[in-house]
Amino acid sequence: MKRGLITALAIAKKDLQTELRTKESINASASFALVILVLFSFAFDLGREELYAIAGGLLWLVFSFAGALIVNRSFARELPNDCLDVLIASPAPAWSIFLGKSVAAFFLLFIVELISLPVFGLFYNIHWTQNFPGLLLVMALATWGITVVGTAFSAVTVNIRLRELMLPVLLYPILIPLLIGAMGTTTALLQGEPMSGEAIASLRLLIGFDVIYTSLALYMIEFILIV
Amino acid sequence: MLAVEADRVWKYFGDYPALRGSSLQVPQGACMALLGRNGAGKTTLLRILANLSRATKGEVKIFGDASRGDVVRRKTGYLGHGIGVYDDLSAIENLLLFGRLLGVENPEKAAIEALERVGLERVKDGMAREFSRGMRQRLAVARAFLHQPELLLLDEPFTSLDDRAINVLQALLRDALSRGATIVMSTHQIREAMELATNVALLERGKIVHTGPQTPEMLADPGWLYRTYGDRQVQE
Repeated sequence: MKRGLITALAIAKKDLQTELRTKESINASASFALVILVLFSFAFDLGREELYAIAGGLLWLVFSFAGALIVNRSFARELPNDCLDVLIASPAPAWSIFLGKSVAAFFLLFIVELISLPVFGLFYNIHWTQNFPGLLLVMALATWGITVVGTAFSAVTVNIRLRELMLPVLLYPILIPLLIGAMGTTTALLQGEPMSGEAIASLRLLIGFDVIYTSLALYMIEFILIV
Repeated sequence: MLAVEADRVWKYFGDYPALRGSSLQVPQGACMALLGRNGAGKTTLLRILANLSRATKGEVKIFGDASRGDVVRRKTGYLGHGIGVYDDLSAIENLLLFGRLLGVENPEKAAIEALERVGLERVKDGMAREFSRGMRQRLAVARAFLHQPELLLLDEPFTSLDDRAINVLQALLRDALSRGATIVMSTHQIREAMELATNVALLERGKIVHTGPQTPEMLADPGWLYRTYGDRQVQE
């Protein structure tokens, strides 16, 4: 177990190191998120109340699309030079390879989200800093859900030629409950409501989603990678 | 004791049987050359031995262990068609990463020693993507031998290597054999393989049609094995 966690950290560090050098997916993901936020701000002429009502939905649509660009590269970056074969043949358990990749994708997507938030606040005139700790918690839980499911499907589609198309097709239907929970809670938090009632129920949904899909992915990943 | 034991292994890709009940036994300390024409099933068999693919039917044991746990995999080194190193990491970063994955006790020391063995110690901080083809191949060899594996699974190890890399690889393989390691290598380059091989297995259309010790006839005439065993199997 301890060795598996050390291996997961080594893989996460390697993924972050190579990504920060090449900036392949983070540049694409951050630019996409910012462009969509800016375009939407010009596309809709909404009043203050309407803006606050759709804020959570808008943010999580953008974050989930940006997330697909990041998780798409999770296993695909192992394809050049057949590095995936070497990882699988190593004593590293499959779950630790998966965990390391999920952690790296989580940090990359979280960075994109943190870059997008001020732009979102600026263009939509929304005070996103109120209830910021609560917002961070929701972002962390939902981002983990997106990255853990996305990384699992990245492993499923890694050897498919049209993986860039297949990944979103497989990913978004599974993410629906997570996105509903994240959108509802984020909207409530941005409107300045305290974390209670429905928001707590949505938070529970996010935690449940994360626990179920993380456990399932950790268990299934060996059967996905070795066929 | 047997280092590798494959018992009636079948592998289907869709309806196509890439392996048809192949059985292979490799004693510890032997160097087995896995020969055969393109599409004979050499890579498929090696990938199953390396735990990169599952057999559809049959059983594979490595050092007597069918479960292929991390202890067995720690004893195994694999060099496939790709070089298996990251272009955006330096030579030393690559080896440190694999040292950690392989559970090497002192990854820093092992990485430096491995780079010295393949003559890359002076460029240890250079990015793999900036290396020449030959240097990248030597880095791949350093990676495969990093943890001094007891079993080496090599898929076409001499293909597209330059002269220096071939010399480095042959020296490392001889060294591995002298310390009792077992080698299974698939190859087309019979001459290079025969210099090291103690045993030979010939695959034809997913079946092992001959297995036995290397003989002087094989060394003298690389085509002899195919004519004697391979062609006969095809006629049958």
